[in-house]
Amino acid sequence: MVALKSVFLKDLALAYRQRAELMQPLMFFVLVITLFPLAIGPSPETLQRIGGGVIWVAAILSLLLGMERMFRDDFADGSLEQYMLSPTPLYMIVVVKVFTHWLMHIVPLFLISPLLALFLHLTFDMYVALMLTLLLGTPLISFVGAIGVALTVGLHRGGVLLALLLIPIFIPLLIFATSAIESASMLLPYHPQLAIIAALLLFSVALSPMAIAYSLKVSQN
Amino acid sequence: MWKWINSFAKPEKAYWLCDVLQNWFAVVATASLVIGIVWGLGFAPSDYQQGDSFRIIYIHVPSAILAMGAYVAMAIAALVGVVWQWRTAFMFMIAIAPVGAVMTFISLFTGSFWGKPMWGTWWIWDARLTSQLILLFLYLGVISLYTAFEDKQQAGKAAGVMAMVGVINIPIIHFSVEWWNTLHQGATITKIGKPSIALEMYWPLLICIVGFATFIGWVTIVRMKNEIIMRDLHRPWVAKRFGGLVDLEAAVANEKDMKGGQ
Repeated sequence: MVALKSVFLKDLALAYRQRAELMQPLMFFVLVITLFPLAIGPSPETLQRIGGGVIWVAAILSLLLGMERMFRDDFADGSLEQYMLSPTPLYMIVVVKVFTHWLMHIVPLFLISPLLALFLHLTFDMYVALMLTLLLGTPLISFVGAIGVALTVGLHRGGVLLALLLIPIFIPLLIFATSAIESASMLLPYHPQLAIIAALLLFSVALSPMAIAYSLKVSQN
Repeated sequence: MWKWINSFAKPEKAYWLCDVLQNWFAVVATASLVIGIVWGLGFAPSDYQQGDSFRIIYIHVPSAILAMGAYVAMAIAALVGVVWQWRTAFMFMIAIAPVGAVMTFISLFTGSFWGKPMWGTWWIWDARLTSQLILLFLYLGVISLYTAFEDKQQAGKAAGVMAMVGVINIPIIHFSVEWWNTLHQGATITKIGKPSIALEMYWPLLICIVGFATFIGWVTIVRMKNEIIMRDLHRPWVAKRFGGLVDLEAAVANEKDMKGGQ
């Protein structure tokens, strides 16, 4: 427990001290969303129709950008080897690391999303659905994405490869999240979609730590 | 029994098995492909609605089914490799991956050419088409992850994890895409409905499926033999087996040159 807490605090402190690096994916997120009205046209009806999808696609892309940080520094400075040697099981450390990463990367995204909902003329119901799907979906992205990060951490140019590996896997999440927002725009209930995303999340939280730990061992060789 | 199965983890035993199976697969594949395709394209009755253009089914359906089948085979091999640490399982995995990717591409390509006269469009975001496209991306992901590593043992393990993540995802993707499609599109052109196929059309199709399956097996076996020799070039059993046939020294030097050039 002590070990897990210290990993948590260490990652929190490291992320806080590298605020510039935290900001970059966030700015990318805002910029991508700014491009859409410019490309498609400023009419509020169109923007409202595509808004949920645009925010979700931009969120996935920007999360992919920030994801590389998850194990990179630990791999470079040898902390990862120490985690493997420590008596605390690696998969528990991995859960803490993924959770910390999610906390430091998603909270800013939440804070900025009212602004984006305003940009894209989302209604209040759509906004609520967007927040709920982001809340359930982004940890899923972090946990499943961490498998890809763990596999590519030892490669020199893993960034693009990471996106190639992960984007097909996020397609179901994207489908359910955007359909929840669309249902909200028509004032229909969207509990089923939320329930499915939550099921996917629980499934991935249960299984992916094992896969992440194994992948890290493979990368460490 | 278990010991006997486990003995195929050794490259030389796996190579021997490949040798034995290769000719059988070659014979069955050639025979059933020739029979199935000639029967299907030449002699089966033409469809009363689609005319002769339905005949592309004899290429399209086998490749579509086996694209999925090859992925499952690849994932099972990955599981065996990860759990029991079989080197040969990873070799099989990477031997079948490009074959499956090509099958997926063939099914998309023929589907597109079938879609043009039937639906009037080359591509439509139908549930099946979309999930097949995603399957192609999953294949390419596994292959590109494998090629990204220098150390092939490590590459096999990494690509194996990806293959297993993919195989868990395939049903989820399929289900979600189907749901998405019914939500967004409803009844459009794709409701062709599968008419229960006539027996004269069914037999050649079945033979074609067998032919494609054994053809995939054949190509995979040849690729796997290649892979085993490449990896075990420095082992004594390779020298013993091929000592009289190939100039091993030259082959080794050649391989070193290639590695130096990379």
